Amino acid sequence: MLDFLTPDEWDAVALTLGVAARAVLFGLPLAVLTALVLARGRFFGRAGLDALVHLPMVLPPGVVGWLLLLLFGVRGPVGALLRDWFGVRLVFTTTGAALACGVMAFPLMVRAVRLSLEGVDRGLEQAARSLGAGPVDRFFSVTLPLAAPGVVVGAIVGFAACLGEFGAVITFAANIPGQTQTLPLAIYAALQMPNGEAVAARLSLVSIGLALAGLLAADWLGRRLRARVGQ
Amino acid sequence: MIAVDLRHDFGRFALDVRFAAPGGVTALFGPSGAGKSSVVAAMAGLLRPDAGRIVVDGAVLSDRASGAWVAVERRRLGLVFQDARLFPHMTVAGNLRYGLRRAPAGPITWEVVVDLLGLAGLLERRPHSLSGGERQRVAIGRALLSQPRLLLLDEPLASLDAARKAEILPYLLRLKTALALPMIYVTHALEEVFFLADTLVLLEAGRVLACGGVAELSSRGDLPLAVRDDAAAVLDAEIAEHHPARRLSLLRAGGMVLWVPLLTGAPGSHVRVRIPAREIILATEAPRAISLHNVVPGMVRAIHEDAGRHAALVEIDAGGATLLARVTPDAVARLALVVGGPVLALIKSMAVDVRPVA
Repeated sequence: MLDFLTPDEWDAVALTLGVAARAVLFGLPLAVLTALVLARGRFFGRAGLDALVHLPMVLPPGVVGWLLLLLFGVRGPVGALLRDWFGVRLVFTTTGAALACGVMAFPLMVRAVRLSLEGVDRGLEQAARSLGAGPVDRFFSVTLPLAAPGVVVGAIVGFAACLGEFGAVITFAANIPGQTQTLPLAIYAALQMPNGEAVAARLSLVSIGLALAGLLAADWLGRRLRARVGQ
Repeated sequence: MIAVDLRHDFGRFALDVRFAAPGGVTALFGPSGAGKSSVVAAMAGLLRPDAGRIVVDGAVLSDRASGAWVAVERRRLGLVFQDARLFPHMTVAGNLRYGLRRAPAGPITWEVVVDLLGLAGLLERRPHSLSGGERQRVAIGRALLSQPRLLLLDEPLASLDAARKAEILPYLLRLKTALALPMIYVTHALEEVFFLADTLVLLEAGRVLACGGVAELSSRGDLPLAVRDDAAAVLDAEIAEHHPARRLSLLRAGGMVLWVPLLTGAPGSHVRVRIPAREIILATEAPRAISLHNVVPGMVRAIHEDAGRHAALVEIDAGGATLLARVTPDAVARLALVVGGPVLALIKSMAVDVRPVA
């Protein structure tokens, strides 16, 4: 089984999974917070925030990657701060690839979580309130558990989207084997080489398998959690 | 002691409600849209009234004049909604613990609540597997365990069928007896008022029509209660003696005595009696050779015409207790009943509804 792929190809698979995991790990809490603000907040500029969150879905990924370069590049406003204060460089690094993936998958995660949050019965939150639960307590004891199906689906869909992200990663983090060369980039690179079709085919099979597993897992977990919260 | 004074303009409807209740069970009674639930929402802190002041047991919960405002989660009022609102992701025990964990130490214990509400067999179940009545019992238990200073019940039985209601009412009565906890009980079912309430606040179109003891208000012919089909006099009475051989008990309410089917309570204990207005027959001479036990002498205090029903409601003073009789205007004329004149109220023992009181 292991010799189905070469060690380099296994590295690309592991790197892809790592990048996607990191993107979801950092992106999801932010997505939950954003979804909460969008679902519950009543403030000026909510429509603007909504549009901003959805931008990566409709923009060419290359544009997102370039904007990330402007912002997080070593001379960019955020990138310079990160370098000066923490000594962190994002451009052309694995973390940078995760950032690019996370930004591209963000709207998907926000949408799934938001849909779920909007389905939470506010009456239950009122009940929790009358029983003495403050806002943060209420969120973690009632709202979030009831929205869990959406959060899990958001995580899996986001993870799957990260596995396939190409444009933003190659623009912002480049195509460095072992560092930023995720599966789609590796497939692209293989196809650029003479006789690379076999490599591309094997990596594509792995991609298909991961995507299918992700979708099935999302469906199964979603159903299980919905049953748990009595829906 | 509960003092509520609130005004709020909803646009299509304005609320202007003022009442004080001494504790015990206070029923907010009125038709849909009277503003009952809005009063509860304001007391709970879910609605911020335009003006007014709400005080429970000396604690000022809101006062627009001074700007005082206690957040819902710090009011310590147990709220029970019409739709139980149990947390679906927790078991019954989890739901009960939710309030308990967040409450200061208090007198209401887990064991007492589980026992009073019969929850022992439900603890591991999930809310969606419970019947409507069971859900409501759990919701009441959850509210009790949050050690509230007042229990607010917003039509807790409204979504249940008659059988479920009959199943829950005795639990509520047990709570009232066992825990000295004041309750505000919103309902539009007179039966529940009779069963539970000490004080009655009659609401209509956002205003208080009357506020007082249940017996006092239900015997007033000038209130909307009297024109209802189920209009009835409610009396607070005492068991005078039992006659097991005749399978009868004798009740005393003021200067009036009533024979009713044999009761279980000890002589001297208090009961609440309801005599439906349409079950009373009026006479000016005592009938003879009749199955009837109760021929109660009294005096006509008032006669209210009820044109819509082609009926007359006769208010009778029977030894200090007030009876209501709904008869035809023709009967009033035939008997030549006049205000201040004598009359006999004939009351079937079987028509008298008797409930124990705390």
